[in-house]
Amino acid sequence: MQFMLLFSRQGKLRLQKWYVPLSDKEKKKITRELVQTVLARKPKMCSFLEWRDLKIVYKRYASLYFCCAIEDQDNELITLEIIHRYVELLDKYFGSVCELDIIFNFEKAYFILDEFLLGGEAQETSKKNVLKAIEQADLLQEDAKEAETPRSVLEEIGLT
Amino acid sequence: MSDVVEKTLSALPGLFDSQTGAARITSRLRQLVKSITELTSKNEEESLIKQELSSMKEQVSSPNTSMMREIMVRAMYCEMLGYDASFTYIHAIKLAQQGGVLEKRVGYLAVSLFLNEGHELLLLLVNTVLKDLQSTNVIEAYMALTVVAQVFPKDMIPAVLPLLEDKLSYPKEIIRRKAVLALYKFYLIAPNQVQHIHAKFRKALCDRDPGVMTSSLHIYLQLITESPDDYKDLTGSFVTILKQVVGGKLPVDFNYHNVPAPWLQIQLLRILSLLGKEDRSTSELMYEVLDESLRRAEMNHNITYAILYECVKAIYTIHPKAELLEKAARCIGNFVLSPKINLRYLGLKALTYVVQHDAKLALQHQMTIIECLDHTDFTIKRETLELLFRITNAQNVTVIVEKMLDFLHGCSDEHTIIHLVGKVAELAEKFAPDNSWFIQTMNDVFSTGGDLLQQDVPNNFLRLLAEGSESKEEDDQLRLYAVNSYLTVLKGDASHLPQRFLQVMSWVLGEYAHLQESVDQREVIRLLTQLLDQRSVSSETRVWILSALTKISEGQTDLILDLAESLSSSQDTVLRQQAQELRQLSQDSQLYEWVLPRGAPWDSMEVDSSLSFLDGFVSEALAAGAAPYKPPHQRQEELCEDRALNLEPYSFSLPVSLSSCSITDRQSPTLLSVSSGLSGNSTELSQKAGSSTLILEGVKRVWGRDGYLRQNETTAPPVDEPSAAVQPSGQQEAAERLEPQPEPSTQNQDKLQLASSLFVGLGAGSSMSLLGKSEAPPPRFRKKPRPHESSSSSSSGTSERSSDSSSRSSHSTTDSFLYGSLLEEEPATSISAFSHTPKSSTANGLAQNKDTKEDRRANTSQILGGDMVIVRPNTFQDKHPSLVSSDLTALLPADLKDLPHSDVISLTSDPSLSLSSCRLFRDEALLLVILISNCTETVIKDVAVQLTCEELETASLRGNVMNCLEGNSTSVCHYALLMDEPHTNVSFTGTVSYQTQPGHTNTLSFSGTLSAADFIRPLVVSTEEYGKLWLSLSHDVKQNLKLLTDASDPLRTTLNALKDALQLHVVDIIGSEGIVACRLLSGAPCLLHCRVNGAALAMWLRSPHPALPDCILYHCQRALAQH
Repeated sequence: MQFMLLFSRQGKLRLQKWYVPLSDKEKKKITRELVQTVLARKPKMCSFLEWRDLKIVYKRYASLYFCCAIEDQDNELITLEIIHRYVELLDKYFGSVCELDIIFNFEKAYFILDEFLLGGEAQETSKKNVLKAIEQADLLQEDAKEAETPRSVLEEIGLT
Repeated sequence: MSDVVEKTLSALPGLFDSQTGAARITSRLRQLVKSITELTSKNEEESLIKQELSSMKEQVSSPNTSMMREIMVRAMYCEMLGYDASFTYIHAIKLAQQGGVLEKRVGYLAVSLFLNEGHELLLLLVNTVLKDLQSTNVIEAYMALTVVAQVFPKDMIPAVLPLLEDKLSYPKEIIRRKAVLALYKFYLIAPNQVQHIHAKFRKALCDRDPGVMTSSLHIYLQLITESPDDYKDLTGSFVTILKQVVGGKLPVDFNYHNVPAPWLQIQLLRILSLLGKEDRSTSELMYEVLDESLRRAEMNHNITYAILYECVKAIYTIHPKAELLEKAARCIGNFVLSPKINLRYLGLKALTYVVQHDAKLALQHQMTIIECLDHTDFTIKRETLELLFRITNAQNVTVIVEKMLDFLHGCSDEHTIIHLVGKVAELAEKFAPDNSWFIQTMNDVFSTGGDLLQQDVPNNFLRLLAEGSESKEEDDQLRLYAVNSYLTVLKGDASHLPQRFLQVMSWVLGEYAHLQESVDQREVIRLLTQLLDQRSVSSETRVWILSALTKISEGQTDLILDLAESLSSSQDTVLRQQAQELRQLSQDSQLYEWVLPRGAPWDSMEVDSSLSFLDGFVSEALAAGAAPYKPPHQRQEELCEDRALNLEPYSFSLPVSLSSCSITDRQSPTLLSVSSGLSGNSTELSQKAGSSTLILEGVKRVWGRDGYLRQNETTAPPVDEPSAAVQPSGQQEAAERLEPQPEPSTQNQDKLQLASSLFVGLGAGSSMSLLGKSEAPPPRFRKKPRPHESSSSSSSGTSERSSDSSSRSSHSTTDSFLYGSLLEEEPATSISAFSHTPKSSTANGLAQNKDTKEDRRANTSQILGGDMVIVRPNTFQDKHPSLVSSDLTALLPADLKDLPHSDVISLTSDPSLSLSSCRLFRDEALLLVILISNCTETVIKDVAVQLTCEELETASLRGNVMNCLEGNSTSVCHYALLMDEPHTNVSFTGTVSYQTQPGHTNTLSFSGTLSAADFIRPLVVSTEEYGKLWLSLSHDVKQNLKLLTDASDPLRTTLNALKDALQLHVVDIIGSEGIVACRLLSGAPCLLHCRVNGAALAMWLRSPHPALPDCILYHCQRALAQH
């Protein structure tokens, strides 16, 4: 996998992970172009897209688009399932995840992603193992801070 | 907006007051996010972030690190929004370094997001990573591994490698897994560095934890893609693993939607397909498990389809088995007919892959394909066209190309356009049914593709027009059609046309406008001149137009002179020069006739590549005191020598020119006059010569004894006429009858009609294509292959004139071959081979059904019949890894005999010539000696050798052109090869062209590889000098190598082994340390410091050249592995 982007229906980037070294300028250009192209596609269309010399696999979950770039010989369907598994992981971790969870805890989302995909390849596909690893690291964190649920945030900014 | 900023500002003091609480930390980000959500415009966001960044800047400069983690999170957020927070990068590294576990985690995350592999700050992270990898705290080690597997500076890999190797046997599987992935990453960025630990990869593959094993497959997939032959022995293991996975032997944790470890399955399938490709015995090992995978994947879920898709691909890639192919084909049906669009897309993709092996499958799904062609989704449409492209033949080409062009007209994506337009051009060239269609399609290609078009599309088109087929009449018809078509285009509005198109048109008009007798040439000139005046025309195009005008201006002096006059003051030098030429030529009709003879037959041309006609001129110039020509490598050598300070007083220039003159072999020293005090260079001289007749400066032209050479305009002598592409109407009907009848009435008539036109011709050929690829139909426009690709690179206005050797060798070589020895060897097939009439294809078709041996022979004979140049693969070399008898070494020139040299290796051979090579190691260059032996009794004439190598600088020293080679004799030519940039391995290619009988040029191509070891020379220095040099060198690489422990003195044995393999100089051995020196030819030195470290040899290399140590290390590793 070359990179993964998460963006909202409004085109706002929520998460970006690049597995190939690119300059900031290129990254921005790619992001801009891709967000535009993907958002312009209709819901009934297929989840794959040939773009430059890459293949884009994307899927929309509620208001969030998950979008991966793979090489031509890679399997599109399994990439779609990688996205799905990531969403499952987020869901399990946050407890019915929503876009706001990812916005406010994006570093957590990164931690989970790093546990699941490393260097662009699936690292650990067992859901249990990924979450175990994250929880272990989180335990250290728990001692240091008071638990705060994302729900209170929603109330705080009045978006619920 | 303002009140938001106010709110933020008012919140600031409060934050500073109570920044200790952890709750504060996250709420700071929350506040930022919240304020951003409330903003309505980009401007507001910008100013808010700017403020945020500057407040962060203030905070990071304060020594209090408790805020740092929170600041880092905010910085990541700002970067994600696209703002520059680079001032925090260094703090991210600090945080990873100094902070507790919590801070480390965020610090490492920030580093992996902010910095990419090449970033210089990354070096500062190395120590932290080293420390954490050695930490007893698992969490720390694990975080360090996570970051290493994502970003790590390439140069520092040797530093962490031993630690990573240790981690491969760490008790916790999560650590082992990450270590394997980190090694995978290293393999991707620097394969040489991890070459010695392949055994450890195997250990990871056998790991008891399935996660670790899965991770190791990433490495294996990569390794096997690169060299499948080295890993055939693992096939059994992979098959066993897959069997276990499919059989549900893994823990349930690894299930995904009730499918056992799908990621693992897919990875294994990909590996197996690579291993089984074109390898029958290996493929046989996997039939059973593939069958089982197909059977097990029954559930209707994406993940099973993903596995099925990979399975189908594997089945069609490996050595075919009919039963499996049938199942796979059925499986594709499920994809194609699925109502889910994603599956349908994959079905099309699978079909695209599969139709190369079995075109019949496309027939089964024709109605679906047609539906997809009209699909609203761009992606589906494009994939369908890709599929159609693969099934195109002479009968359906018009419909398919029309569909592709329709799509292109409505498409705005550059990449798609370039990609598709290239395909249309390819199809048009291959299958065009008639001239008018071909030219019109190409017009469409040029106007749609525009200037995005790849250069080889117009180049190929022009070459096709120029070189033509075997029939002059047909060629002229095509050219005439092109001329007519372009005249029509130019009469309309040409201002919007792409430059490439204009260039093509002007070239064609220049060359062939005279074929159109009904149009006044003055009219053509007028049209072209009009084009010159247009603003939108680029100066490159103007040059094309002007050279076209030059060609057709004969006798039209009045029209041309003004034009030449006005352009001779142009700012563009090329244009100006061409205008000058035009003026000269138009005023001197005799000269014109001589330079641009119309319709001169091209086989009468003779090219003197040694430029001997300039000899007289050169000797005159030398006599007048000019400096002799030096080949580039010699110039460079002298330049190197000059680099040292010259402490001698300036000497009289004469001795220099004397000495260098004796080196070049063309002119004799007697030509030197003592009075020569001046020295000039050769370009100046050629200018002087040119001014008497024409200005030659910068003109890419080929001159011969008979004047200017117009090789491309004329045609080859008529050989037998193939043109098998003319479609007999009966054949088409037959093809239609073969199609399975689609269900009637429900589908509308249009679609049926479209289907019959799209899939015509597929049924006939498909029956035999299950095993092996189906025969491509004979192309209508048969391009003459070029012996080497170099001629296509010329992109300027002179691209039409390919180099002399190509034109000579592209003459019909085949006949002599076929009438010669080949005929005697294989009488049965050669008959169909040289009478390449439409009959020959039927003969081939029959042969297909007979046994495979016969089949193969028929194929070869068709290749011989179809292509003009016989390029033989080096099978000979493969079969006998051939040391040629040592008596060939005796043929080496006397002055080279004393040089150290390699064995003589056979390169290639054909019935007339056999080629072998020998490498001679001179200090400053590698001499490649090519021995050309005439195996026949007769004299072979005009033998010319060409050698090319992209990475190396090559120079022919002697003997690459010979007028004749006596029967049963051997001639020698040698090349000096220089390597400026270190490359581990380089390959060279070359061709020999020769004539067995006048007018029949044969070409034989050869290739070979050279390793960097051939270019490494000992560097003789004393220990003291070594020490000084060591300190002055900057790039260093460290690595542990295998130590040869079987002898009493392992260090000495190992160093001697290296010395033998690589020509190193062992400077000194002191105790358990040894120092060794070498250099790349006479260039960059490389110093090696070796120390015995347990059972390994710790090697430390230093060189001024960054890539040289890696390269030498690679060869050291190989040498020791082979020992």
